[in-house]
Amino acid sequence: MKQQLEQIRQAAEENLKSIDSIADLEEIRVKFLGKKGELTSVLRGMGQLSAEERPQIGQLANQVRSFIEEELEKAKNKLQQAELEKKLSSETLDVTIPGKQWPVGKTHPLTTVLDELKSIFIGMGFSIAEGPEVEYDYYNFEALNLPKNHPARDTQDTFYVNDNIVLRTQTSPMQVRVMEKQQPPIRIIAPGRVFRSDAVDATHSPVFHQIEGLVVDKGITMGDLKGTLEVFVKKLYGDEVKVRFRPHHFPFTEPSAEMDISCFVCGGEGCRVCKGEGWIEILGCGMVHPKVLKNCGIDPEIYSGFAFGIGLERIVMRRYDIDDLRLFFENDVRFLKQF
Amino acid sequence: MKMPLSWLNDYTKVGVTPKEYCDAMTLSGSKVDAFEMVGEGIEKVVVGKILKIEQHPDADKLVVCQVDAGESLQIVTGAKNVFEGAYVPVALHGSHLPDGTVIKKGKLRGVISEGMFCSTDELGMTEGTATGVLILEGEPVLGEDIKKTLGLDEVVVDFDITSNRPDCLSMIGLARESAITLHEEFSIPQVVVEENDEQVEDYLSVKVENSALCPRYTARVVKNIKIEPSPMWMQKRLEGCGVRAINNIVDITNYVMLEYGQPMHAFDIDFLKGQSICVRTAKEEETIVTLDDVERQLTPDMLMICDGEKPVAVAGVMGGQNSEIQDSTKTIVFESANFDGASIRSTAKALGMRTESSARFEKELDANVTLDAVNRACQLICELGAGEVVGGVIDVYETLPKRLEITLRPAKINSFLGTDISEEEMIRILKALECEIKGDKIYPPTFRKDLETEADIAEEIARFYGYDKIESTLMKGESVAGGKTLKQSTEDVVKRALTSRGLYEIYTYSFTDPNAFDKLNLPADSELRKCVTILNPLGEEQSVMRTQHYNEMLKALSLNNSHRNQNVGLFELGTVYYPKALPVTELPEEREFVTIGMYGDVDFYDLKGIVEQLFYALNISDYKVVAKKDDPTFHPGKTAELMVEGVSAGVFGAVHPAVCNQYELDREVLMASIDFTLLLEYMKPEKTYHALPKFPAVTRDLAMLCDDEVEVGSIEEIIRQCGKALVEEIKLFDIYKGKQIPEGKKSVAYSVVFRDANKTLEEQEVNRVMDKILTRLEEKLHVELRKN
Repeated sequence: MKQQLEQIRQAAEENLKSIDSIADLEEIRVKFLGKKGELTSVLRGMGQLSAEERPQIGQLANQVRSFIEEELEKAKNKLQQAELEKKLSSETLDVTIPGKQWPVGKTHPLTTVLDELKSIFIGMGFSIAEGPEVEYDYYNFEALNLPKNHPARDTQDTFYVNDNIVLRTQTSPMQVRVMEKQQPPIRIIAPGRVFRSDAVDATHSPVFHQIEGLVVDKGITMGDLKGTLEVFVKKLYGDEVKVRFRPHHFPFTEPSAEMDISCFVCGGEGCRVCKGEGWIEILGCGMVHPKVLKNCGIDPEIYSGFAFGIGLERIVMRRYDIDDLRLFFENDVRFLKQF
Repeated sequence: MKMPLSWLNDYTKVGVTPKEYCDAMTLSGSKVDAFEMVGEGIEKVVVGKILKIEQHPDADKLVVCQVDAGESLQIVTGAKNVFEGAYVPVALHGSHLPDGTVIKKGKLRGVISEGMFCSTDELGMTEGTATGVLILEGEPVLGEDIKKTLGLDEVVVDFDITSNRPDCLSMIGLARESAITLHEEFSIPQVVVEENDEQVEDYLSVKVENSALCPRYTARVVKNIKIEPSPMWMQKRLEGCGVRAINNIVDITNYVMLEYGQPMHAFDIDFLKGQSICVRTAKEEETIVTLDDVERQLTPDMLMICDGEKPVAVAGVMGGQNSEIQDSTKTIVFESANFDGASIRSTAKALGMRTESSARFEKELDANVTLDAVNRACQLICELGAGEVVGGVIDVYETLPKRLEITLRPAKINSFLGTDISEEEMIRILKALECEIKGDKIYPPTFRKDLETEADIAEEIARFYGYDKIESTLMKGESVAGGKTLKQSTEDVVKRALTSRGLYEIYTYSFTDPNAFDKLNLPADSELRKCVTILNPLGEEQSVMRTQHYNEMLKALSLNNSHRNQNVGLFELGTVYYPKALPVTELPEEREFVTIGMYGDVDFYDLKGIVEQLFYALNISDYKVVAKKDDPTFHPGKTAELMVEGVSAGVFGAVHPAVCNQYELDREVLMASIDFTLLLEYMKPEKTYHALPKFPAVTRDLAMLCDDEVEVGSIEEIIRQCGKALVEEIKLFDIYKGKQIPEGKKSVAYSVVFRDANKTLEEQEVNRVMDKILTRLEEKLHVELRKN
């Protein structure tokens, strides 16, 4: 009987070696361990054994059974692994087939860049102010130290609704509106649409956008104006950019300046983009004119401030190297998709 | 403003390279647009004298010249205008010409030629107009660099002068700025006039009727005029400034204008009736033919220079033909006057002729300059031998401008600029600007009308101290919390919601075409036709402020369609303008609208989905969508109105095919117009948390048969009414018409989810609700349960 059990063990081992499917495995289980299986039939003969032999053979039989069970399990795992691998390999995809597209649109490039500018200024503690696009002459000009017949009005060809109402030619009237309502400290930017009666071409549009900035507080200096705007351009164009301030004239700031940045195409060497100058004009700025402060009920002996105006289209055109302003208002999807 | 750099030598020194000069001037406030080296590219071209000319032995059209160009040379030329004794420009062996040509020694038909004679074309002075070799005037130095001889070593600097600095529209003004910028000396040469012992009053009388518009009128008379070309040096300077030389008298007036910034005019005294000048405003119906040969209709607000009977010049703008200097002119009047800027500006504008003179006057010139300017003109007359200056000056004025007084507070200026500039340095700069300083008082010169306040003084000090030397600092003081307002962040939410659904944002013009109202099918009494009109539009199609975005949206879609862009979805978040009353007397109401436009593989329900998701993003759930059959711009059967708490918040649907036709859109177009400003009032920015359900839901499917006309919205409404709080969700999963469904009917299938927040729902409870729903549906809408 001992021998018989040993033979069963060997036979089972032999059988397991040659199988190649889970179904075979079951067959083997039935053949050896089933109710009518070989091991069972051997064990049925246990009754004829002596009382001494019985435990020995019993133990042996159990060993054989657990051996077969273990081997079956091992074989099963192996087969399952093989089967999984086979399945996985049959499922291989062509990863170069184009992906499925969810339709996703985009904001207009003017919005995209404006959002970036807003974040930079919000990071410096600025709020965002808004005001009417159809504006009183008073706010657009007079309160900004540009009385009627001032020659500087000629540089801003104005659309009129009547003698007192214009389409604002600049975002600067927002300076006045904010200062009328709010006492210092003031720290705002005011982005918005402005209008000038310029015929449409690649660099002119009757509708465009500016971002006005205004800071009024005690002890604001021209050094603060420089420092704040330097932080702004470095965040926008990177730390390498060089900045220079040139004296200029705006009726509502004094001293006034224009800010140039080193040309980002040639880095200041001089090229087609900067017309050989190495510098690109980026914005106008200055210390708020004391007359403007007074017009808004703020005492220039106590407070001082600075203001600046940025042309959004110009920044966006330079950012993406767009050479025709008309594209912004034409809204061809092939253009809008690129940003 | 163009300036030949060498002209500055009359008043100051420029000891730096042209590039350094331009950079320095730009940084001190006189922005240089460009500078040009006139003779750039010319090298080794010198003055030569032709000593002898012989025929070329082998060529009929060539001659062989012996030349002294500081060295003896033989040059073969085909030029016809050469002669023995002529002084000519000679390009030596190895010389360069402006077009890049390099001249080399060589043989022409076997005869050695050691260089080339140059024409004005070859020297880059003219373009294709030269008729032969340039024959030099006088007896120039042999072998001298031709650039020096011809003044081609000139550098012309083009300044961009701001409107507050008319004093810098002059050589003297720019020289003053240069001198301070470069720390050089500055002086104006003294003007000395040799005059005869006659009296000007015997020749001319001047009367100023309107001294407000003409604060000062200064005049001198010159007799025995010889009209001839002005000398080369003067012509070169004028040309350097971009002014064409005409004759000595006209050139002198222009020269003085460029030098002093004071426009001048010369009249032929013989054409002045009564030898008198009267400065007055024009009479009704008066006309004048100006120098440009145009008859001008005058109005009574225009200031005129008149003789005893008629206008002879439009003051400060342009002279009249009737008193123009001619070759036969014998006696002239030099006018050097001061006029009111605003008056000149409006006259020039009204007559549509902005001249060099008017452009200067409208910036308000200094009345104190007129005398110096007229004397300078007379000095030039003497120097040029162009005539005989009559003794005395006519000078009519009531008062002359006085210097303003400004207090100098160095500490205040330093704290304003963020600098630490010494009082001495401030005073040095101000004195160089010709301010008088007495104690702590500053008296700016009258030609600097822009210096009125302490801030103006601060700018003067800052720009000569150097903007670049002001240390950049960060703001101190009270900190302020920045950020976006609720409206601004909601705009961001809208843009995110719509772009995430595949729409592209567009920007369109704020003005529109009044004819678009017809294209959009708007009835004559439509509120949308009430709009703000622009008085001076660029064209009719941009003449009114928009009251909707339809026209611009449809134009954008049409453009994309014509470019064959497939499946286009666009949106705009922009302003519309509603006048409060017509005609407009106060600012219009500005509201923001979200406008969506789509075409391609989309239908009404795609658009509705986008609108619903927009409302979801804005956290607005209490709204209704109702059929809108009477919006003339939209399809009567495919359009809905959005009602938020009973208020119309917008409309969406298919655009009326007739409207599409107007925009050459030969396909279905979907459009939505939603009042963003209104949504801001109704949205719920505050979000509240509801505990997640603890008890299970029961789902029941309902398949029903109803009349075709029944809106599923009304079925849902009944389900909600009957189910009350137990109804958690109603999902429409099928609408079917056709086979097995009787004509005029449709099958509608819903899945309804019930849940009680406080306990597990019992079957019977759900059944009771379902029964109620079905009964009500049958009663109200004749809906019957489908039995399969």
